[in-house]
Amino acid sequence: MSFSTMLSTMIPGMFRTCAIFFLTLLFALPLGLVVMLLRKSRFPVISGITKVFIAIMRGTPLMLQLLVWYFSPYYLFRLSISGYRFTAILLGFSLNYAAYFAEIYRAGIEAIPVGQYEAAQVLGYSKFQTFFKIILPQVIKTILPAITNEVITLVKDTSLAFSLAYSEVFSIAKQISSSQTSFTPFLIAGVFYFVANYLVAYAMERLEQAFKYYD
Amino acid sequence: MGKESNLSETVFQMDNIRKSFGENNVLKDISVSVNKGEVVSIIGPSGSGKSTLLRCATFLETIDAGEIRYRDITAVTTTDGKAVYRSSADLQKAQRRFGLVFQQFNLFPHFSVLKNVMDAPVSVKKQSKEAAQAKAMELLRKMGLEDKADAYPGQLSGGQQQRVAIARALAMEPEILFFDEPTSALDPELTGEVLKVIRLLAEEKMTMVIVTHEMPFARMVSNRVVFMDGGVIVEEGDPEDVFGNPQQERTKQFLRNYQQ
Repeated sequence: MSFSTMLSTMIPGMFRTCAIFFLTLLFALPLGLVVMLLRKSRFPVISGITKVFIAIMRGTPLMLQLLVWYFSPYYLFRLSISGYRFTAILLGFSLNYAAYFAEIYRAGIEAIPVGQYEAAQVLGYSKFQTFFKIILPQVIKTILPAITNEVITLVKDTSLAFSLAYSEVFSIAKQISSSQTSFTPFLIAGVFYFVANYLVAYAMERLEQAFKYYD
Repeated sequence: MGKESNLSETVFQMDNIRKSFGENNVLKDISVSVNKGEVVSIIGPSGSGKSTLLRCATFLETIDAGEIRYRDITAVTTTDGKAVYRSSADLQKAQRRFGLVFQQFNLFPHFSVLKNVMDAPVSVKKQSKEAAQAKAMELLRKMGLEDKADAYPGQLSGGQQQRVAIARALAMEPEILFFDEPTSALDPELTGEVLKVIRLLAEEKMTMVIVTHEMPFARMVSNRVVFMDGGVIVEEGDPEDVFGNPQQERTKQFLRNYQQ
């Protein structure tokens, strides 16, 4: 098999990897905000359950979580849903990353001086305005480096979809490698991940720059 | 009628305020009232309860017992020895009556100076952007900061930041302005420029309550001085009397320590 054939066989896998990546971010970034708010709830039952959720998401391997999401409909309810594979992947990735994002958001919010809330309160801002106008923009600035870390990890973690036999770039590389007894597909996959992360780092740096308009 | 009765109009009143943090009784049955156009300075040693008093007046802390009123709006009453706060709508109305200038300025770092001053009038009072901006520029001019409108708080000196904070509070057109040690975070060189604008406001008959350690300033700018210690008002009166001829032993001791 020629290099160009290998590459063109792997390109659909690259798109699938990108699909996991972007859809996970699309769901997990806002979901993390919800998880963080539940975590900070003043009702102990809600914050307690959320804490347990975060502990499980962070305390068990993502690969195991993916398998659980994929197989539980069948083992628990004897359900077999067609086309569920990709949904299970998104479910697993989004919930897992939401838990991590939630903790990053929480750290960012707790770093905001209490004086910001007090100034907003005395000026008469509503709780909603205070959060979205005063607090959140400052939080985003402080947490961007931590978010960058997670996003870079996500690029590489997409390869875990391999465990559900989803043909993203890593799965295809493995297949071609065995059938052709060649190391080249792994090199191609490696370069793909590296370039993807280079782009991520570049984009996040630009974003950080955009928030440097104030200190 | 007219001027005379206006001057004696009570803008703010707190009666029999009690506040404790756990076992620590910070305010023990304190009453203060402030008339329109009056400048009241609150002095006293650290831990005397003067900042807590201001924080209770501005609803940043809740009182355990007592009454708080802003002219015709009652914010807190007491039944059976326990403070009862009014509905949040009433508290909001009371909130519109006062402004607060913090020791640490607490400007919004991600807003420009201009936006710091004009955002609350637009977002909270629903003023038009044009009107709020015109008013904000006028206030910044008064504070000597019109050339800093587009700067961010992080680019300003402490004294400039505090003057922006004063403009921000004034933009909401409060009836009474509270200052919580407005110069304590500033070095002596910058203290003067902040005191100057407060004096300017006093000349314009702005109603103000100032918690301060600047004794000569308190003496010069106030109509009345309140000396607090250990959660009670020890002595209160005309600044010349309190500073020049204090009656209480505790006041004499405090002022003596200060002069050394």
